[in-house]
Amino acid sequence: MNKLIKSIAMGIAGVAMTATAALAADYPERPIGVAVSYGAGGATDFQARIVTMVAGNEDILGQPMYIVNKPGAGGRVGWNWFATEADADGYTLSAYNIPHFVAQSIKGGVQYSKDSFEPIANWGADPAVVVVGKDSKFNTIQELVDFAKANPGKATLSGAGLFVGHHIAALQIEKATEAKFAYIPTKGGGAAAMKAVIAGDVVGGINNLSDAFRAREAGNVKILAVADLQRNEEFLPDVPTLMEAGYDVDNASVNFRGLMVKKGTPQEVIDKLAAKVPEMFANARVVKRMKAGGSPMKIMSRAEVQAMWEKRQETLTELLAGL
Amino acid sequence: MEFLSYFGGVFEPISFLLLLGGTIGGLILGATPGLSPTMAVALLIPFTFHLQPAQGLILLGAAYTSTVAGGAVSAILLKIPGAPANIATSLDGNAMAKKGEGARALHLSFLASGVGGVIGVLLLIFLTPVLAQWALAFSYSHLFWMAILGVTVIGSLDSKSFVKGLLSGCIGLWLSMIGFDDNLGAQRFIFTDALAGGIHIIPALIGLFAIPQVMEMFAKGRANAAIEALEVPKQSFMDSLRELTRNIRALSIGTVFGSIIGIIPGVGGQIAGLVAYDQARKFSPEKEKFGTGHPEGIIAAESANNAMVGPSLVPLLTLSIPGSPTAAVLLGGLIIHGIFPGSDLFDNHPQVAWTFINSMLIGQILMVIFGIYTATWAARIARAPVPIMAAAVMVLALFGSYSVQQSMGDVYIMLSLGVGMFFLEKFGFSAAPLVLGLILGPIAESNFTTGSLIAQAQDGPLLYFMTGPLNMFLIFLVIASVAYSFWSNMVLGKKSVPAEAQS
Repeated sequence: MNKLIKSIAMGIAGVAMTATAALAADYPERPIGVAVSYGAGGATDFQARIVTMVAGNEDILGQPMYIVNKPGAGGRVGWNWFATEADADGYTLSAYNIPHFVAQSIKGGVQYSKDSFEPIANWGADPAVVVVGKDSKFNTIQELVDFAKANPGKATLSGAGLFVGHHIAALQIEKATEAKFAYIPTKGGGAAAMKAVIAGDVVGGINNLSDAFRAREAGNVKILAVADLQRNEEFLPDVPTLMEAGYDVDNASVNFRGLMVKKGTPQEVIDKLAAKVPEMFANARVVKRMKAGGSPMKIMSRAEVQAMWEKRQETLTELLAGL
Repeated sequence: MEFLSYFGGVFEPISFLLLLGGTIGGLILGATPGLSPTMAVALLIPFTFHLQPAQGLILLGAAYTSTVAGGAVSAILLKIPGAPANIATSLDGNAMAKKGEGARALHLSFLASGVGGVIGVLLLIFLTPVLAQWALAFSYSHLFWMAILGVTVIGSLDSKSFVKGLLSGCIGLWLSMIGFDDNLGAQRFIFTDALAGGIHIIPALIGLFAIPQVMEMFAKGRANAAIEALEVPKQSFMDSLRELTRNIRALSIGTVFGSIIGIIPGVGGQIAGLVAYDQARKFSPEKEKFGTGHPEGIIAAESANNAMVGPSLVPLLTLSIPGSPTAAVLLGGLIIHGIFPGSDLFDNHPQVAWTFINSMLIGQILMVIFGIYTATWAARIARAPVPIMAAAVMVLALFGSYSVQQSMGDVYIMLSLGVGMFFLEKFGFSAAPLVLGLILGPIAESNFTTGSLIAQAQDGPLLYFMTGPLNMFLIFLVIASVAYSFWSNMVLGKKSVPAEAQS
């Protein structure tokens, strides 16, 4: 009996090993899943659906990608699942959000860190912007900062949660201006944070550039500043960066989105994905749809993303050290 | 009356086929446990890539309206609410189906859905600008009091005893705390990874409602007597229509409460049915019949949850703020075509906006026709022998809870909650108040924490939560609701003792 079990086990192990070897050469042989740590309809989900829509083209991967939503706890649920339960075989990818998962791993309580994952490529960069309601008395970022300095803790700023890009931007602004704001994390993501600004529940808010652009087009908000290194020439050429306004805030809060695999995925698979995925992002149909949706794109190669992750790890460790 | 000139768009061949397909497909998806309206709409978005914007939205709008109504099918026939919106429907609907009157329950539910739904969409058409301001008026303190108002309903909902109802609600509130807290990221009661994301409402619904029932069926499945099938009498459409007109009170309560609650962002659909059900009972002269297959219960619940569909889109279409998860998915569907909701939508793409809204109007009517047409056929499920029924419900429960997030963790949660509920039911507790606690807990909590943070920056929590006309009004409603429950508990409690003694 024992012998039988042993030989079955050996047989299974053997099959599994051949499968791994075959996998790298013929990858991909079946559709590829992409886990998104946010709910259906959110910005990450909706962009992931667009940028993966041409994966099935013969000249890209020849196999379609499908989205699996694993939302919860600001993304922690999805990335915990990916780091602990997903197979490292290249058939389960995940979308990443920087600085979210790096900041969360620095604060602890999760089962992943930067080293649990291998980046493939970056598709988008959505900077954080400072918004106020359309009837707000503030017209420039200086006026808002002056108000906060005169009234410490009274200037409420809504944002999508703790340790997400919006929160990082708020922390950086506080540090650079030496004014005391009251950051209000809202449940329900950027949309809820934006509602708080439009309804006048808060003095101002930090939000995604893409959503703020749409809210401004609809005539609901004013955008005071962008937390990035350069102005956004495509959507908001008239809005200054915080740097231009004289506050030392860099692009650490910019929400980078891209695809990654789990550590331990065969190198051949990573190489193939790293070569093909940026092509997929650059596909004309993808670019057209992303532009129509007001989603700023920034395609970065695997090497560039690795360097960016390193840099974020450093900046965020320093910024969050005092919290 | 601008919308009238865009009716032609709905009846173009391709658009109408999409509308038809979306409605029928939506009914089927809605009737499948575990497939909520949000998920059905999300699944359809990739199909709209290849369609014109207006056509894509017709498909999504039709699917949204009909999945909400389709959820009633499994709620009535299997006692598995397809989505939170259908919880209240299952209370009386399933009781009626168990008497072999499944077709009657389905007829009433589709007719009530249709009436509520059409009125909801008409509100969306005529009152959008007014309603948009109303949606913005609700801030954190108001949403908190709204949730508390919901909590006051818990004690009287589907329980034999007021205290046991409250206790079930408390268990629900506690279950809702499990997981990472969204505002501060603290971990609460997470013993296993499956619980890290908290308890998802859909697997919880399936577990709490379906599993005790399956266990009950297996328990008596051994006895041959139980295998005999129910007779399913034919139900004529005209009779159902007459029955609906006899219950105008329940229908109007459902429609009014559904539309009002639907507008409020973040609360909407999940509790509209339950609140309307509770109000319909409070105003009914035949309170004691609720829960035993009373038509008023079905009509109030279903008219409310479809009346909420139209108004729930107001914040999305006017302010680009999605008021519900489903609206958030619809927003994605719009943006993908380069259309931004808000003034841009009505000014620059009126044909898209109005065709979409009109298609929901026509969709409601198509939904009633198909729902009624298939009701007699669907109600024959009740004739299935108990052991087969139990096995089928079990399969659907497993499939439904897995499919929500492709997670076995959800399946284990569903099974544990279900087994727990089986024993709780033995002691007279019931699932509906527990689920209401599970839904309201996070709404009350997150709005309280966020509100407190804002209050600290202003004049302090006391002033923030207790002043202002809307706060005062909601607090008044809370007090009135509690007082009413106590009063009716005292008075009716005394009355019911001699009644029991006589029997």
